[in-house]
Amino acid sequence: MCRVPGPIQSIERAAAILRLLARGSGRLGVSEIANSLGLARGTAHGILRTLQGVGFVEQDDETGKYQLGAALLHLGTSYLDVNELRSRAINWADALAARSGAAVRIGTPLDGKVLVVHHVFRPDDTLQALDVGALLPTHATALGKVLLAYDASAVAALRGTLEPFSRRTITLPHALDRALAEVRDMGWASEVEEMTVGEAGVAAPIRGQGGLVVGAIGISGAVERICDVKGRPKPALVTYVRDAARAVSRDLGASRW
Amino acid sequence: MVERYVMSIDQGTTSTRCILFDHGGRLVSVTQREHRQHFPKPGWVEHDAMEIWRNLERIAPEAVAQAGATPDQVAALGIANQRETTVLWDRHTGRPIGRAIVWQDTRTAALVEELSGSPQADSVRERSGLPLATYFSAPRVRWMLDHTPGLRESAERGDVLFGTMESWLIWNLTGGPDGGLHVTDVTNASRTLLMDLTTLDWDERLLAFFGVPRPMLPEIRPSTETYGTARRVLPGVRIAAALGDQQAALFGQTCFAPGEAKCTYGTGGFLLLNTGTEPVRSTHGLLTTVGYKIGEEPAVYALEGSIAITGALVQWFRDGLGLISSAPEIETLARTVDDNGGCYIVPAFSGLFTPHWRSEARGIIVGLTSYITKGHLARAVLEATGWQTREVVDAMNADSGLALKALKVDGGMTADNLLMQIIADVLNVPVIRPMAAETVSLGAAYAAGLAVGYWPDLEGLRRNWHRAAQWLPSMDPSRRAVEYDNWQRAVERTFDWIRPAGNDGHGGDPPPG
Repeated sequence: MCRVPGPIQSIERAAAILRLLARGSGRLGVSEIANSLGLARGTAHGILRTLQGVGFVEQDDETGKYQLGAALLHLGTSYLDVNELRSRAINWADALAARSGAAVRIGTPLDGKVLVVHHVFRPDDTLQALDVGALLPTHATALGKVLLAYDASAVAALRGTLEPFSRRTITLPHALDRALAEVRDMGWASEVEEMTVGEAGVAAPIRGQGGLVVGAIGISGAVERICDVKGRPKPALVTYVRDAARAVSRDLGASRW
Repeated sequence: MVERYVMSIDQGTTSTRCILFDHGGRLVSVTQREHRQHFPKPGWVEHDAMEIWRNLERIAPEAVAQAGATPDQVAALGIANQRETTVLWDRHTGRPIGRAIVWQDTRTAALVEELSGSPQADSVRERSGLPLATYFSAPRVRWMLDHTPGLRESAERGDVLFGTMESWLIWNLTGGPDGGLHVTDVTNASRTLLMDLTTLDWDERLLAFFGVPRPMLPEIRPSTETYGTARRVLPGVRIAAALGDQQAALFGQTCFAPGEAKCTYGTGGFLLLNTGTEPVRSTHGLLTTVGYKIGEEPAVYALEGSIAITGALVQWFRDGLGLISSAPEIETLARTVDDNGGCYIVPAFSGLFTPHWRSEARGIIVGLTSYITKGHLARAVLEATGWQTREVVDAMNADSGLALKALKVDGGMTADNLLMQIIADVLNVPVIRPMAAETVSLGAAYAAGLAVGYWPDLEGLRRNWHRAAQWLPSMDPSRRAVEYDNWQRAVERTFDWIRPAGNDGHGGDPPPG
């Protein structure tokens, strides 16, 4: 087990700034905040800029004073609108479909399922139907496994309801736990005939600020197109998917990915 | 060194972008920089041409570096640009004369009204294919010559040059004051009101009518042709194409056959229909314009329907009303209700363009009852783009004698699935989004690549086009008819709002035809 670290000073200070702004009139300049908390002006400014970046404080354009941000009021609800996500991801999703030759979908969590928020056709100009708005099971799809892998409470909610769709669907909780640990280790997920016989898919996480997983982007198609002869996803395709996920994440403000 | 990429420069209204494309037409790297919008007076919109040039100097090498490439791996570069924006500059110093006057600027309203009264005004549309309106370049050139002491004399001597943005950039890229090439392409020239649509050359009578001296004008060249080689920024790279942005989108959507059309949804909406090698004169309020001209081949013409306000209505909903915090949220809000609740918004913010050309019209929200929520308003915002497209398509069908079978769409608003479904529903044809949403940039790259043999022919380009999404109409025909009737009644209610006596902001675009 790792050693429990002590409290992190900058987080304590950030909390103090939020408490201070929540009091009284709630609009304070950087010097007022620094004086109230006994901080150096530069330190207070750095913390305020960070809080502003995540939307927890806002700065008035004219007076330069700070107040609590709107994001604090919506902490419980999804902070990224799904239509906003599609709009930010659309160019990279197109490029992924063009490179991989496969259909692309972007999914976000909704009531224990995967909501398809964006779909790019397989680039062969055959007749295909748009399935934006469709709900997919989480445990039997690559997109869903990505969303589960980074959300422990969603996994807990799923216990006992692992419906089989094919012979290869993961239906045992401990098998799912093992699969999700593997997803976290590798940074991507796959599905091989677990939802539909003859179909396979690969997906990777889309991260927002601070690394929070806000969705998953992935490709899917016939097993022989997605997988090699050993039945594993082709490394080149995995690279394309992960590159696209990273590009979208960077656009959303996730710095490390 | 193997030539691996083609670069496109998209010099747009709010920003300049450089994109490298590979042989499959796939995006490899993107760099972008916004420039300042100057609003010195109501109705005035200006850009600093020098700022735009400096932005290009910075982002073009960045795009090459981002791809891990070197300039000698770039086979050619093509330019797509905001149309009609007018730059004047000093040939000897390379400095712009004042700021560039942007296409949205309406300062020439009084001048245009005065010119419209002249007996020769009728021939303007016949020769140029365009209505006499503030939207186009010639009245702006005249305005600058009239308002800057000594400028007319300098222009007559050829010391001062005129160009739209592509001319300005090509002149600078090819050396600027030190031997820079002063050229434009047929599509940009076709938006000045100064070019004869059939000869594709400057028309002496139009030049005389607007009072524009010929020595200041660039040479008109085909859209795809190697104009010259860059001596600055990307030394040695061939400059091989220029197109107005909407024409570039037509090219990027590979609408190479007569009857093929595309609609680009951005701030405004622009539907262009390829009409082949003969210009089609509109009797339904459309513009006749050059679509593209490949080298020595005959020019291909287009009919254009221009909608002034599409995405700009969503921006107003966000910034003016504050009902949403980002543009894509309009879809989220609109989906909170099943229909418009009987409410219609006609965004005639500065009059109506195609097919009405009513400069005295102003916007309305009609059908308000206590039942209406912001969700209904959001739906009415999206439906306004749908019905405005329908009006343009009806005009296209009437002028061309063809019935549109499918609409190819592109631009930022195509990320809005509800809007795309609405457009399919009101047009009653499938709406198709291609795999490259950046069709303006792609079109400029295609044109440049074609000129230097990076791509062999139009058929090769067509094979790069793939369908990324398709929306099929699913609206009950009787409901479509009722809704369209409601929309048309709403549009009628916007007419005649600005009274001639007040004359404030009035007197822009007269009805063409």
